[in-house]
Amino acid sequence: MLTTKIANFANQLQEAEALNKATDPLTSVDPNLTAEEAYLIQLENIKRKVDQGQKIVGKKIGLTSLAMQKLLGVDEPDYGHLLDYMVVENGGSISMKKVLQPRVEAEIAFILKKELKGPNVTALDVILATDYIVPALEIVDSRIKDWKIKLADTIADNASSGYFLLGGKPEKIENVDLELIGMSLTKNGELVNTGVGAAALGNPANCVAWLANRLADFDISLRPGEIILSGALSRAADAQAGDVFTARFAHLGHVTVSFTE
Amino acid sequence: MAGADIKKIADYLVTAEKEKREVKKVTASLKPDLSVEEAYAIQQEIVNMKINEGHRIIGPKMGLTSFAKMKQMKVNEPIYGYVFDYMVINNGGALPFHDLIHPKVEAEIAFVLKEDIEGPGVNGAQVLAKTEYVMPALEIIDSRYENFDFTLPDVIADNASTSRVVFGTSLKKPEGLELDLVGSTLSINGGIKELGAGAAVLGHPAHSVALLANMLSRKGQKLRAGDVILTGGITSAVLINKGDYVTGKFDGLGEVSFHVV
Repeated sequence: MLTTKIANFANQLQEAEALNKATDPLTSVDPNLTAEEAYLIQLENIKRKVDQGQKIVGKKIGLTSLAMQKLLGVDEPDYGHLLDYMVVENGGSISMKKVLQPRVEAEIAFILKKELKGPNVTALDVILATDYIVPALEIVDSRIKDWKIKLADTIADNASSGYFLLGGKPEKIENVDLELIGMSLTKNGELVNTGVGAAALGNPANCVAWLANRLADFDISLRPGEIILSGALSRAADAQAGDVFTARFAHLGHVTVSFTE
Repeated sequence: MAGADIKKIADYLVTAEKEKREVKKVTASLKPDLSVEEAYAIQQEIVNMKINEGHRIIGPKMGLTSFAKMKQMKVNEPIYGYVFDYMVINNGGALPFHDLIHPKVEAEIAFVLKEDIEGPGVNGAQVLAKTEYVMPALEIIDSRYENFDFTLPDVIADNASTSRVVFGTSLKKPEGLELDLVGSTLSINGGIKELGAGAAVLGHPAHSVALLANMLSRKGQKLRAGDVILTGGITSAVLINKGDYVTGKFDGLGEVSFHVV
C-alpha cells in the first residue's frame, strides 16, 4: 500500500533526479526507514517512469562485496531496476551534466534465456537459464548528497543506478570459470584496480540467484532477455569530466566509457 | 661501508631467521643511513652465507610490485631477493608454524625460464618468448623485523622478507594465456581473504621479470635458463596462523594449497 510516507520520499527522490540536484538522506528524516519500505519507494518511482513510457530492460545487484556490506553494516546485497534510457553504447561518453557524483564499477552482465522465479533459485539454475554473459561498466550515481547513504537510502534511490554499458563479446557461460574471471580497470591509461569474479558474493551466479529469490518477495520474476548486472568486481572509481575508463576482462573482451563536460 | 660492517649486519639477520626471532630494523640503530646499494650488498652477503652452508638458489623473487605498495613505501621501483631450496614446500604440504616468526601469504605467478635473459632494455614480450612455463604459487613472506616495520633498505637487506614458497604442480606454456587477466583468489579455511588479477603486478607479471632482468644488469648479472622466478603478489599479503588451510586459485593455472601445523 502506498502510504503518505512512501509517496513523499518517492517525490523527494524524483525531484532530486529531475532537477539533477542531490538531496538529504531519507534516513536523516526517518532513521527507522526499513529496507522493505525503501523497496516500495523504489518501485513507486520505477512505476512512475514506466507510466511515462520508459522500459525496464533488466536489474542490477549492488552491495555484493563483503567490504561494501561491512561499510553499510548489512549482510545482504540490494537491487535496482535498469531502464532503457540508462543504456550507453560501448565506447560512448556521458556528459557530467547528466550525472551528479558518478563512480565507475566493472561487472559481469548476464543475459537470460529462461525465466527465473524464486524462491529456491540456485546458482546452477542461474547458469542453466543464462543465454550468455558480457563485460559491463556500471556508472553508479547517488541522488543523496555526498553519497552519505545508509542501506534504505540507496535502495530507495534505485540502488544508486546511473548508466551502464555492455561491451566485449558475448560468451557462453559454460566456456568460462565465472569465479576466476580476471578484470583490470584503468582510468586514463593507469591501472585503478584489478578484480575477479569471486569478488561478487564468491561467484556472480550467486548474486543472480540471490536476486531471483529476493524478487520473489515482491512477486517479481526475472524474464528472458533481461540484462542482469551482477555486482562490482572491484572498488568503484570516481569519475570527472575528461576521464576515460576501460575494463578488460579475461575471455570476454573490454568495455570503455568516457566522461565529458 | 666496510666489509666487516656488511658481515655484521648479515649475521644479525641470518641469526634472526635461524632463531625465529624478530629483531629491530637495521636503520633503527645499527646503520641509520643504510643506502639501497649497501642493503643489496648485505643481501648478497646473506646469499653467499647460505650458499656456503650448502643451500642452492631456486631463483630470484620480486617484491613491492603493486603500484599501491610502491606508493605506500614511497618508492618508484620494486625490490628483489632470492628463494633457496630449503624454502620450498610441496603443493598440499605442511608449513610448520614454529619455523617462522609472523608469516604472511600472498598469491603469485611464477615463471620458469628456458633461456637466459640479460638486461638492460628487456621488455615483457621478450620475457614471454624466453619463458618455458608459468605456474601458480603461494609465497610466504616473514620479515625478520618487529611488526613488519621497515624502510626500503631494511627490507632489501632482509632478502626481501623471503621465507617459504609453495609452487603449483600444473605447469602451463605462456602462449595463449593473458597473464594480466588471470583472476586469483586467496582463501583461508574456505573463506576468500584477498583477490585480484595478474595486472596487479606492475600491469603484467612479465613486466616484473623484465624489470628484474634490467635491475640485475646494473650489477652485471642476468637471469638464467632454469631460474624459477616469483613475480610479486597479485593479492595483498594475509597473516596466517597455526591450523590454517590456505588455498590460492588461479584462472587456467589451477590451485595451490598448504596448511599450517
